[in-house]
Amino acid sequence: MAKSFDVRRQPGFSTIAMLCFVMLYLPIILLVAYSFNAGESISHWEGLSLRWYASAWQNDQIQAATIRSITIATTAALLATSAAVLAALATTRTRPWRGQTVAFAMINQPLMVPEIVTAVSLLIFFAMLKVATGYTGLWYLIVAHTAFCIPFAYMPIRARLQGMDLSLEQAGADLYGTPVKVFRYITLPQLWPGILAGGMLSFVISLDDVVITEFVKSAGQDTLPTYMLGQLRRNITPEINAISTALLALSILLVTAMFFFSRTRK
Amino acid sequence: MKRTVLLTSLAALIAGAAHAEGQLNIYNWGNYTSPEMIEKFEKEFDVKVTITDYDSNDTALAKLKAGGSGFDIVVPSGSYVPIFIAEGVLMKSNPNELENFKNVDPRWVDVEFDKGREYTVPWQWGTVGVSVNTGVYDGDIDTAAVVFDPPEELKGKINVIPEMIDVMNLAVHYMGGEQCTGDKDVLVKVRDKLVEAKPFWLSMAYGNIERLANEDIAASVNWNGASMRARLQNEDVKFGYPQTGYSIWMDNAGITSDAQNVDNAKLFLNFMMDPENAAMLSNFARYANGIKGSEAFMDEVMAVAPEINIPEGLQAAGYISKSCPPEVQKIYSQIWTELTK
Amino acid sequence: MSPIRTRAALLAPAMVILLFAAAGPLVIVLIYSFLTPGDYGGVIWDFSTDAWFGVLAERDFFTEELSWADAHLMVFWRSIKLSLMTAFLSLIIGFPTAYFIATRPRGSRDVWMLLIMIPFWTNLLIRTFAIMELIRNEGTINTVLIAMGLVTQPVQMLYTEFSLLVGMTYVYLPLMILPIYASMERIDFSLVEAGYDLYATRWQVLRRVIFPLVKPGVVAGSILVFVPCLGAYVTPRVLGGGKQLMLGNLIELQFGQLRNWPLGAALSLTLLVIVMVALIFYVRAAGNEESAHG
Repeated sequence: MAKSFDVRRQPGFSTIAMLCFVMLYLPIILLVAYSFNAGESISHWEGLSLRWYASAWQNDQIQAATIRSITIATTAALLATSAAVLAALATTRTRPWRGQTVAFAMINQPLMVPEIVTAVSLLIFFAMLKVATGYTGLWYLIVAHTAFCIPFAYMPIRARLQGMDLSLEQAGADLYGTPVKVFRYITLPQLWPGILAGGMLSFVISLDDVVITEFVKSAGQDTLPTYMLGQLRRNITPEINAISTALLALSILLVTAMFFFSRTRK
Repeated sequence: MKRTVLLTSLAALIAGAAHAEGQLNIYNWGNYTSPEMIEKFEKEFDVKVTITDYDSNDTALAKLKAGGSGFDIVVPSGSYVPIFIAEGVLMKSNPNELENFKNVDPRWVDVEFDKGREYTVPWQWGTVGVSVNTGVYDGDIDTAAVVFDPPEELKGKINVIPEMIDVMNLAVHYMGGEQCTGDKDVLVKVRDKLVEAKPFWLSMAYGNIERLANEDIAASVNWNGASMRARLQNEDVKFGYPQTGYSIWMDNAGITSDAQNVDNAKLFLNFMMDPENAAMLSNFARYANGIKGSEAFMDEVMAVAPEINIPEGLQAAGYISKSCPPEVQKIYSQIWTELTK
Repeated sequence: MSPIRTRAALLAPAMVILLFAAAGPLVIVLIYSFLTPGDYGGVIWDFSTDAWFGVLAERDFFTEELSWADAHLMVFWRSIKLSLMTAFLSLIIGFPTAYFIATRPRGSRDVWMLLIMIPFWTNLLIRTFAIMELIRNEGTINTVLIAMGLVTQPVQMLYTEFSLLVGMTYVYLPLMILPIYASMERIDFSLVEAGYDLYATRWQVLRRVIFPLVKPGVVAGSILVFVPCLGAYVTPRVLGGGKQLMLGNLIELQFGQLRNWPLGAALSLTLLVIVMVALIFYVRAAGNEESAHG
């Protein structure tokens, strides 16, 4: 045979795939590149500089928004992951039961309902609560974020639970371990990669949110994304690129960490 | 990693809560508040000021009406002040009793929207006209035709700010009516004209200073101060006062009815009626401010700016904008939906 | 504790949070859609079906004639059209890409998938913003085109339906690749080989062997792209320049300048219904698929 026939090859597919990767990364790379621009422009290169990082770093509003974003994302991720672990325990390794569909529908609801609809409903509902209770703090945002993070935390945890070997837990129970002890010493260590993945996913999802935050936020509760949305209406300077790049680096770090973590433990 | 993040942010939260003596939450138009003036206020009174942006009176009203928003000061346009008062979102705080109120230009004291100034004080005032890049089009620009019947050179390079009342009133006057008209014959003409003109518009968006300056757009329905800021970056950008009528507006700072930092809010209102501080506002946003004696502290470019000093022959065409009655507002909304679809 | 009690206790925290901040408030939207709008926003607690009526019909202020609310219909149409087009474009790009990844050596597949996922976990606003930088008049593409002498005037891409299509495809493409890849990874290539042994062309193999095998992934991907596109808010707001409204923006407008909260509520629920119809269609399609292969 002169040339081996590759059954996997399809003409043009590799080219399209390469184009796809270029398309995915080109805009991001340009965005990052211009964050280092010395000039005011986001399209004309005028030399290398870190001035926009410095100016973003010194901007009080950006500092406050960053801290707020991270506070919300951390708290929401912790809460969502905890709730998701419990829910996953309840919905796996049982026989089908009545109400299971409802439980699944509830958990996945934030994935199905368009964000704008949830945002509108929360605007109305939380406004009522704010008036009734007089409390206008950050917890409204945290709770809203927790809710839409739950399905994202739930998915990897449930997948992990389903793939787990039940015999170990069985053995633990046979040795008179209480359910709590079995969970603590047998289930949890095995579940850990799933929990970590769910937590990080929730963190990124919360950090990412624009629409719900924009509708729910009270005075002085801008997160980084809503602050940036406000900025888009006016003079766009590479400062925005600088914040974007920082956020981007954080997301990449988390996603990559999650990737390697789930890989080594497999 | 996660634990560190958590600890850092918790620490920051606690630090943030303990830090400032007093607080003040200002809810204002985007890109409108002089950071220098705020800094000065913060230093002088040891109050931590937080500014949140909105992009239209309606957005602000909706948020305040929903309640529990936590804002202390809001800056509605004059045409909206009566609505804000009627809807109960402004506090009758009698800013006219503040010490610096004596500095307010008498012209802006007994205004129709807030007789005797029991709710609000002047923030800045300006006009709604058209910005045109005269390098692209060198014809007459003192007409709304550059937007509604655009010359060839400008077609496809026009931006219209999505500020319903401003745009509708500009069009109503262009078609021979008066602001807030209920005359349906005029309104039909307005609708047809707008729908006919829309294909020539590039966009209906805010934030046109930069886009005018770097020639992404060549004409825009615009506010005078924004136009001036564009001119300072690109001298071809000129501001036109439509001869068929252009509106004069004033934005006014008032205390919200559920403000939690009323004393600080009053301090702030008094502070900004000081001519030197008012001038800082104008030097930033490029609008006139309604405080006597502030001219002395203003940048030189402001004194001669054609955007601020309305030319003699065009002064009569200006009208003070007012709020339209609900039934007119409904028709405006209908036309606007038709237009933005 | 009985197993059922335990289960209920375990589910409780998640359910309470979801009921409180996701599912429950939808009821309020439903109630609002049957109220009367206040003159300056908000609602008056008087029952009215005007909002639902107003979703599809309107009365001309001049002729008093009743007609279809073509402004709304147009926005519905644009949303559905652009969402379908986005799903289709994502499929055209995503299918070969997923195939490419699935045919890499086992060890490197995960790395390729990671490369697909990284942009997806990047802030939506940042990605939209990056696209805007690329296609503005002063942006990278136009600068390059002009430098190469291909055009003399910048090509207007921003603020057109084209920009929405590009932006949404860019943003949601990974959602198409992921499920297609998942079903492609399981393909048994001996089936493909058998096809070639029977003298099938590459195109025939693709159409008759590979495509049927990955069809569930294609359907899932299309739905995953279609649904968020329908409710998109940020992308049309940034890239549409206020002239290319989509449903999300129309809804927001009702709560802002147009001061018609009940209509906004009714439009939100209409959007929800369209999404549900799409999902039911998907469940049906997936169900048929399973029973067919059964």
